[in-house]
Amino acid sequence: MRVLRRLLPSLVPALLLSCDDRTAADRAVEDRILIVGNSSEPKGLDCHLVTGVLESNLIRALFEGLCTEHQSVDGQALPGTAESWEANEDFTVWTFNLGRDRKWSDGVPVTAEDFLFSYQRILTKTLGSEYNEMLFYIRNAEEFYKGEITDFSKVGIRAPDDYTLEISLRGSIPFLPEITKHYTWYPVPRHVVMKHSNGKIDAPFSGWTKPGNIVSNGPFALKSWRINDHIAVEKNPHYWDRDKVQLDGIRFLPVVNSYTESRMFFDGLMHITYIVPPEFIPYARKNYPDQFRSELYLGTKFVRCNVTRKPLDDIRVRKALGMAIDRESLIENITQGGQEPAYGMVPPFGNYKTGRAISFDPDQAARLLDEAGFQNRIDFPRITLLAPDRDVSKRMAEAYQGMWKKHLGIHIEIAQKEWTSYLNAMTNLDYDLADSGWIGDYLDPTTFLDMWIKDGGNNRTGWANGEFEEILKQSEHERDPAKRLLVLQKAEKILMGELPAITIYWYTTNYLIDPRVKGWNPLLLNNHPWKWVSLEPN
Amino acid sequence: MADTSTVTEKGSSLWRDAWLRLRKNKVAVVSGVVLIVMFLLCFVAAWFTGDPNEQNLANKFAAVGSSSGNTLHLLGTDQMGRDLLSRILFGGQVSLLVGLIATSVAFVIGISYGAISGYTGGRTDAIMMRAVDTLYAIPFLVLVILLQEVISGSASEVATWLVKHWKFPDETTHRLANILPLFMAIGALGWLTLARITRSQILSLKQQEFAQAAISLGLSPSRILFRHLIPNTLGPAIVYVTLTIPSFIMYEATLSFLGLGIKAPNSSWGVLIKDGANYMETQPMLLILPGLFFTTTLFALNFLGDGLRDALDPKAAKD
Amino acid sequence: MIGFIFRRILQGLLVLFVLYTLSFFLIKALPGDAFTTEKAMSPEAKEEQMKRFGLDKPWRIQYGLRLQRLLLQQDLGISPKKNRKVSLILQQSFPASVVLGLNALLVACVIGIPLGVFSAVRKNTWVDYASMGFAMIGICVAAFIIGPLLQTQVAMRLPAFKVAGWDNPVDWILPAITLGLAPAAYLARLTRGGMLEVLGQDFVRTAQAKGVPALTVITRHTLRGGLIPSVAYLGPAFAYLISGSFVVETIFQIPGMGRHFIDATIDRDEDLLLGCVLYYGFLIVILNLVSDIIQAYLNPRLRDSL
Repeated sequence: MRVLRRLLPSLVPALLLSCDDRTAADRAVEDRILIVGNSSEPKGLDCHLVTGVLESNLIRALFEGLCTEHQSVDGQALPGTAESWEANEDFTVWTFNLGRDRKWSDGVPVTAEDFLFSYQRILTKTLGSEYNEMLFYIRNAEEFYKGEITDFSKVGIRAPDDYTLEISLRGSIPFLPEITKHYTWYPVPRHVVMKHSNGKIDAPFSGWTKPGNIVSNGPFALKSWRINDHIAVEKNPHYWDRDKVQLDGIRFLPVVNSYTESRMFFDGLMHITYIVPPEFIPYARKNYPDQFRSELYLGTKFVRCNVTRKPLDDIRVRKALGMAIDRESLIENITQGGQEPAYGMVPPFGNYKTGRAISFDPDQAARLLDEAGFQNRIDFPRITLLAPDRDVSKRMAEAYQGMWKKHLGIHIEIAQKEWTSYLNAMTNLDYDLADSGWIGDYLDPTTFLDMWIKDGGNNRTGWANGEFEEILKQSEHERDPAKRLLVLQKAEKILMGELPAITIYWYTTNYLIDPRVKGWNPLLLNNHPWKWVSLEPN
Repeated sequence: MADTSTVTEKGSSLWRDAWLRLRKNKVAVVSGVVLIVMFLLCFVAAWFTGDPNEQNLANKFAAVGSSSGNTLHLLGTDQMGRDLLSRILFGGQVSLLVGLIATSVAFVIGISYGAISGYTGGRTDAIMMRAVDTLYAIPFLVLVILLQEVISGSASEVATWLVKHWKFPDETTHRLANILPLFMAIGALGWLTLARITRSQILSLKQQEFAQAAISLGLSPSRILFRHLIPNTLGPAIVYVTLTIPSFIMYEATLSFLGLGIKAPNSSWGVLIKDGANYMETQPMLLILPGLFFTTTLFALNFLGDGLRDALDPKAAKD
Repeated sequence: MIGFIFRRILQGLLVLFVLYTLSFFLIKALPGDAFTTEKAMSPEAKEEQMKRFGLDKPWRIQYGLRLQRLLLQQDLGISPKKNRKVSLILQQSFPASVVLGLNALLVACVIGIPLGVFSAVRKNTWVDYASMGFAMIGICVAAFIIGPLLQTQVAMRLPAFKVAGWDNPVDWILPAITLGLAPAAYLARLTRGGMLEVLGQDFVRTAQAKGVPALTVITRHTLRGGLIPSVAYLGPAFAYLISGSFVVETIFQIPGMGRHFIDATIDRDEDLLLGCVLYYGFLIVILNLVSDIIQAYLNPRLRDSL
């Protein structure tokens, strides 16, 4: 009986509500609450400790860095915590002027001290930040992190007064404002972090990000958080640009199952999905043409080659494998999301011109394989393509396999592994070929090139090239942005010439969006600033 | 005392009796025929349907009965333009084998374990059943990954060695080497509930007159157990085992995703159904067609199982 | 009886200990660790994290430290992947799983047991075949098909139901059906089998011969014995149901326990996984005990085993 009595009051309104023909999305539009799919439960909300895209979506709502994203133009920085900024002539010293009206959500002003504290915190080794390399552009930051310098005042950050921040870099970085949009560069509230960590700068699980404790400086503040259910944020009354913020709140749903997510959208339970699974794309294009969007996204899909193993140590074999892949057909039939065939490692954007390094050429591929000594295809050793245990990866692997069989006459086995085993095998170079990819962190070619240095944690191919690294270093001293891009092009050419990773396509994001959502424009990094988004009933 | 006399008088003819009774059960006979046809389709007819792994991306999702060039796709093609009929029939080989072998493994282990535990009783029983409790809670996925990492690697090394030194047929040997760890994974945990069910059956039967009589006659424990008690528990055991076959077949699909068992692009019913489920709204045939083969087989197995249960029921002899 | 329960609880503690130990070493043997991430961490950062979570020490020392922490401080540790205490995660997640599991169990019993009884009583008639056919469908059609079917055919058509979400009791219905259908089928089949065993026995025939009404024969005389295989099945099945199901939870977006089992394994989130294993092990121990007691109550012949 007790159960029934508890149930009835909740069942009755639920059934009554169902007589109302408005969907949850309709009601949310009236309440000016945006409901978005966010794929999975975040690792946390501490911007110094997280690493993922989905965390970034949350943190962008809650916090604000020195500069923020423009709502529709890629590579343009708008004032965030910093009102204005300027660089010296060779882009090695930058001065940011913080706005005096910037406040934490508890009304405490955001000062340059907060930034000094934040950068010291993320660079403190014992905090255990995984992404601190993003700050190594700062002079002596790496040395401080590695313990070669213990005095933080030697690191290139200064606060001449409460509202000025001066950053000295290790080289010439004309794109620093772009970097400061990344959450590793965001400030955390010193007064709150220290309160919950008993005054220790390096306490990672102090609980300061829990609802009720957390204080943030972004357009929204945390309202509620139920694990694997939702995270809700509401308008931050102390945000400096609060008049521009159109939404009263955002509800992030960690919907892991992308099929469920699309069905939730069709059922009127959310406004924006995180993705659309490839199986649904043709269906969505046809039945939801006004809701379906497919936009370029800064990422490259490739197949890593373990160059320490035979026969992949031979450039000709790698090129043969690369030229035997019909990228157009893959995109048209498997991924179906309007991706672009990748003829280079760096997706073309801005002023960077990606060289045409590889394309589908089965005859040349067969010739290269002959030259490599496999005229008799039976001699080609039994090698394996490693793939993670995901539906799309499996289809991709099957398609590569089919194309290699058809155009080269060689059989390559597929080994699917669960995610961490897959990563582990790749890290330990315990594979032959591996289906993988890379998403850029910021709008600069280096985000796709730096990873291929010798023994780099994300290289995972065993490939190394001295000249390549030399050119990358050179680019850091090139002051002219246009010339710098030319230098980077040279580096990419070397990389693509040796092809440690066979590029397949450049990513797109495919998602469904309610037409009532306004102020949501295509952005290459897919990092939409929430403050410009609005909901307009039609 | 009626039961005892039945068993001791014509103990050895239990199986022949069962066979005679089974033959009279029409549904069971039909089911048996369906199963035989299914086996013939998968193990014989499959070889006449062409290559199940040949892709033709341009001809994906071809309709049932359509043809491309001079090949007829009786059941259409899948998301990679591969002939669906061929994939279903070749996939059936894997699934039927998994169903039969893994289930038999689980059946034998489960029944003997449960019977020994129940019959022996006391401390041994307690230890054996608590071991079952422990195994229940061991995280299955962890075991699977370990099997994949440790056993699969060694199995494929053994296969390579056999091919190299003993001239074993390449393709078949590697395929078998892939599948063996799968049976271990499924067999390892599939028997637990069966053991519990058998144990409680044995505990109950042990108290019945015929068993008490057998004990007082001084028959050896193994004779009592295997001759008199276990045959009486087969009914519920068969019912339970036929129930687990579909979940074993579906397990196989999950495991193949984790790299254990058959490898892409090879198919099995589980894999086809799993892949097909993603196209439920858009290409329902990819789910329905393999689903039909799967369900038909399982219905047949189940009704045959029922028939067997009835046939093995010692009390039915009096009818 | 009390002695029996006491003995079993002691044994249960032993089971949990063995389970914890075994799981610990199995998890340790998995390739990779919690800090094997897609964007690789710098070696320094990784070393720091390993130190923080005590993962840099030899296995046996890690094991000893964990056991000590568990026994002396009742502390399950911290999840490095979710940045919070394991006990907190379990606390937040198990209510949804218990609610879902209980509802699924209700679905299973309400559908399964009557189906089993009817088909046993009307053996080899169309009632029997129809009920068993229905049960078979419940078994053949896996949750990952029923779930999306209910989403598209029920939830998207009827405004009372949502495709996914876990906000009010209406949201319990579709997941409970999805999760409960397979156990319902098991129960139907096992009950039918159990009933047939008993229906063939002398005392039932005697009762029938004496002209006792059929319904009384079923409820008074047969159901008790006929339910024994079902009860043996229900112990572990119940534990399975209320510890959450990954498939159902992800399809219907339910904040339950089930996904932690899978996520923690894939993330190599050792403490979280061990926490889940202990929770599940505890349920198994308790529910198998309850199941054994109920079986003994249903069948006096089993009482000696207590």
